[in-house]
Amino acid sequence: MANQPATTFRIARAGPASLAAAALGALVLAILAALPAFAGRELIQNLIFVFDMLALAQCWNLLAGQAGLISVGQQAFVGLGGYLLFALTIMAGLDPLLAIPLAGGVCAALAFPAALIVFRLRGAYFAIGTWVVAEVCRLVLAQVKQLGGGTGTSLPPAVTSGVIGIEGIKTLFDVRTPAARDILSYWVALALMAASFALVYAIQRSRRGLALGAIRDSEAAAASLGVDIASVKLSVYVATAAMTGMIGALIYLQKARISPDAAFSVLDWTAYVIFIVVIGGIGTIEGPIVGTLVFTLMQHYLADFGAAYLILLGTLGILIMLFAPRGIWGFVVERYDFTLFPTRRRLFVEQRREGENRRIP
Amino acid sequence: MTGWLDAVIQGILLGGLYALFAAGLSLIFGVMRLVNLAHGDLIVLAAFVILTLATWLGLDPFVAALLAIPIMFVVGFALQHVLLNRTLGRDLLPPLLVTFGLSIIIQNGLLQLFSADSERLRAGSIETASIALGGGIAAGVVPLLTLLSAIAVIVILNLVFYRTPLGRAFRATSDDLEIAQLMGIEVGRIYAVAMGLALVVVTVAALYLGMRANFDPTIGPARLLYAFEAVIIGGLGSFWGTLAGGIVLGLAQTIGARIDPEWQILAGHLAFLVVLVLRPRGLFPRAVD
Repeated sequence: MANQPATTFRIARAGPASLAAAALGALVLAILAALPAFAGRELIQNLIFVFDMLALAQCWNLLAGQAGLISVGQQAFVGLGGYLLFALTIMAGLDPLLAIPLAGGVCAALAFPAALIVFRLRGAYFAIGTWVVAEVCRLVLAQVKQLGGGTGTSLPPAVTSGVIGIEGIKTLFDVRTPAARDILSYWVALALMAASFALVYAIQRSRRGLALGAIRDSEAAAASLGVDIASVKLSVYVATAAMTGMIGALIYLQKARISPDAAFSVLDWTAYVIFIVVIGGIGTIEGPIVGTLVFTLMQHYLADFGAAYLILLGTLGILIMLFAPRGIWGFVVERYDFTLFPTRRRLFVEQRREGENRRIP
Repeated sequence: MTGWLDAVIQGILLGGLYALFAAGLSLIFGVMRLVNLAHGDLIVLAAFVILTLATWLGLDPFVAALLAIPIMFVVGFALQHVLLNRTLGRDLLPPLLVTFGLSIIIQNGLLQLFSADSERLRAGSIETASIALGGGIAAGVVPLLTLLSAIAVIVILNLVFYRTPLGRAFRATSDDLEIAQLMGIEVGRIYAVAMGLALVVVTVAALYLGMRANFDPTIGPARLLYAFEAVIIGGLGSFWGTLAGGIVLGLAQTIGARIDPEWQILAGHLAFLVVLVLRPRGLFPRAVD
């Protein structure tokens, strides 16, 4: 140990950019939480939609980008979550705020039998299998006459206006009941969105996350090193089902009207979500944020074009998949080696002031 | 009793249609392990091509379908050559998402061109013609032709696969891509021919789809699911298995509908899920994958 090396090495996940981003993220969350105090109702409503889509995208990203489970049937859990909210509030008389986590729990429980079926299919066939399961859910719920059958039903005003906390919000912000409902939904959406990020981040930094990465890179090698592939995949599938179910419950609390065709729509709850993840950058935590920004802008300015807009979305998705499969964020990472949510261990060489951060293979 | 027997006969005949939906999907999967999420929308596209030709030229749907076959072959060949060949590789995601995007493009393109109205291929008296089978049961001529066409398509596909140089190339690329390339097979072209051939089968399916029922641009995804279910029920890698899978699905639907008309589609899906749980590799598995 006589000769000290000229440079020192450190292995860590977080770099300066990520630490700054963590501080910034906390600040953004705090600002968003306080936003209803000064923002108008339209902005709040738009942001609810943005948070819902971002949370759904983060869930799909975890499934497809991390666990390699490419599902085109996540609308099953959005719809189930929505219908569970209606059932629990209308039939069981529960408060919606209580019904949302409960809907998530039931979705997680239902994910086990669903997994029993779809996990028998591999790869691309898994994708279509999940779609069949979603169709089965849609057709079964269309048979439930108490929830309006094929035409659907609405939440009675007593349920939507009687949510715990609405009176408090009304006096706090001096607003009417509908605006207070929006603010409450906004906070729940913000919380769910933040929770989806926390879930993905926590999983990625845990042993499970390492196992997931190993499975994604080589299933055979992972299995030979003792990774229990079935259990890791199952846990991710169940966790995203719970999260997706809660988001679905919130979406339909806000909409206050549900029908089987809308609740289990493959376009609204899966195609858009896939588009967001692919455009933003699949497999990264940051990708869905970028994708949601792009999608929200396009939705805002182009959705009126109807079919032509959807053709544009499909074409963009295909072009990105062919020519920039890592998406916009993937491009940023490749170019600048920059990350906001550090999940990989990297080698930092201390002597140089910046850059040169090489990832440990 | 007659009602149930009728349901069984109609179910077998309906199975012919599903086998036709599925045969193209089965062919593509067999040759290049590609699962085409736009398969259902391509069936609807073919139906609109037949409809357009029949209306413009004042042709009978059968003749229009004959004209549509070369058109759809070229569409399939070009689609594979220009787009889908770029997506094939070790990663599952690109082919799935590209075909999913394609599905949305085709669906909305058809909506733009033809609106959301229901259409039908008019074939005159043959549409309603039926053959009495005795005991008060009759089988429609078009459903019978559907099943016979499905059988013919499967016989021809088997002949192509096992008796021709093209089929040898199909099987070789499917078995071992690298060795096939070493032996001088142009894999890209073989794949394109396979997709062209699949769309020929799709056109035959579209002809009967359009004559048996109304169709509109949005019904593609449901046809994809039926095709997929027939392939899985029958077992991957066998065309006769696909026919059997189609018939099982058709039977489940008509028997379900016999119990309650609202259960038709659901019964088909449930039959598929039951097969998947009890015999995950299908009833007549052949491929190891």
